[in-house]
Amino acid sequence: MKINKLGHPYKDGEEIIKQGTVGDCIYVIQEGRVEVIDESGETEIKLAELGSADFFGEMGLFEKDVRSCTVRALGDVTILTIDKKNFYKTIQKDPTLAYRLLEKMSYRLRETNKRLRTI
Amino acid sequence: MEDPNLDDLTLDDGSTIGVVGGGPSGTFFTFFALEFARRVGLKISIDILEAKDFTKPGPAGCNNCGGIVSESLIQVLSTEGIILPSTVIRRGIESYTLHVENGVSVIETPFKEQRIASVYRGAGPKGDADNDQLSFDNYLLELCKENGANVIHERVTEVERAKDGIIIRTKNSFEKKYDFVVGAVGLNKPTCKLFQSICPSYIPPKTSRTYISEFLLGRDAIDEYFGNSMHVFLLNIPNITFGALIPKGKYVTLVLLGTDIDKEIVSRFIQSKDVRNCFPPDIDLEANMPCNCYPMINIQAAKTAYSDRVVLIGDSSSSKLYKNGIGAAYVTAKAAATSAIFHGISSRTFKSSFQPACSDLDKDNTVGKFIFLVTSIIQKSRILKSGLLQMVVKEQKKPAKQRRMSSILWDTFTGSASYRNIFVRFLNPFVIIYLIWNILTAGLIKLKPGKHED
Repeated sequence: MKINKLGHPYKDGEEIIKQGTVGDCIYVIQEGRVEVIDESGETEIKLAELGSADFFGEMGLFEKDVRSCTVRALGDVTILTIDKKNFYKTIQKDPTLAYRLLEKMSYRLRETNKRLRTI
Repeated sequence: MEDPNLDDLTLDDGSTIGVVGGGPSGTFFTFFALEFARRVGLKISIDILEAKDFTKPGPAGCNNCGGIVSESLIQVLSTEGIILPSTVIRRGIESYTLHVENGVSVIETPFKEQRIASVYRGAGPKGDADNDQLSFDNYLLELCKENGANVIHERVTEVERAKDGIIIRTKNSFEKKYDFVVGAVGLNKPTCKLFQSICPSYIPPKTSRTYISEFLLGRDAIDEYFGNSMHVFLLNIPNITFGALIPKGKYVTLVLLGTDIDKEIVSRFIQSKDVRNCFPPDIDLEANMPCNCYPMINIQAAKTAYSDRVVLIGDSSSSKLYKNGIGAAYVTAKAAATSAIFHGISSRTFKSSFQPACSDLDKDNTVGKFIFLVTSIIQKSRILKSGLLQMVVKEQKKPAKQRRMSSILWDTFTGSASYRNIFVRFLNPFVIIYLIWNILTAGLIKLKPGKHED
């Protein structure tokens, strides 16, 4: 991997999280892009594309359920893992850290509502 | 001098803020103040006054720092949306190599990913002309500019309290009255003194001298001899509490922490067998050292680093002992921004909403002093060091969750956890019993004829 990057490197098409598996980490994209895919049907549905500074896997922080989507690398990508325990410890000290997470989740909910309206 | 109606002293639409110092504490403050203001719909303007040009290599753009962004800070910054680009990161660190006189052990990051960044605060060492990478401080400064801050490259020579604000004057006759002024001046004595004139109860922090130098090895030699590992030395050399070699691009940064470090002590450290073995055998280290310095560090927090309309942050107020100064800058800067935007800018408000963040760092440093006292005892004893090293070597073969001592050392060296957290983990009976066992067995091996190491 390149020496001046942070996080874990993933190659094009590599799965970062797999739908249906258990996980409690949140991931932040350092460089590159990923695609979020729903694999519950017969065919894959691409739900979103995310880029640098975006995060995913946040549902794993709040629920004990399995991963709701698969996330795959689109080209070379580096991803930083943030473990649940550290995240909660930090938020306990500084609740303002949760704001960006809530802002993004609110945005994603709005986008989902928009999609539902078009179905 | 206190403003009347001091509890009503708050920032309003149109308020102006002057931030003296464009290092990480000043830029973190600006970033969060602008972000919080956006969230609550408050229209403020911020000027950052910084004399240095961080785009220049050598002393002109350097803020004299080891340049490590800790694992915990990387995670927090990523959560905040501040992603360090690869143009700023000189090397992603994924392991620590612990050196004691009796041997070496590599301590790997629990997640097996690069989670620590080595950076240059300026544009690199003196004479680094073909540098295609960016300064950490300049990256944060540009981020603040993108978010609406105004950067003024001037040296502040005077601060004066006026009836309803603070006047800042610079060397080149710039003059402006601000509603609120933030001192992010590091340990610069003359500027700290300036702030004492508007912040009469402020007592600057106590300091100690450290040592930093750069060695030019070239990228290939760095890859071969250092890789993505930071080398940490617990050697029994007087006055040195801790030594580290940090790979950065084509350079290696040497950082020495301790007391009264001088040229002779530095030379003794560099010439020691354990340090020399890290470098290519034929290199003349003294001849490949483009710059070195003896910067100050904060070893005891400032007192009352606030007054009406004024707050001092980062090294000028409280820092973390020996480690993670950039992380401490983030903590105090964010606490000051939270206080200013959500609570107010009176002395009383800072006492209740900013000072607790500083006090928390101070309390943690008290535990830190004890941890470094224990470390210095271990440092002086070959048997204790052998036991510690043996324990770490054995742990590296175990799953990550069972590497208790390794994770304690990891957090001590990286500054990723609070000293209180490290201390509590050290008190775990399993850690103590296992350490005693390893010290005893290491001692027995040493006493056996033919097994003695010199």
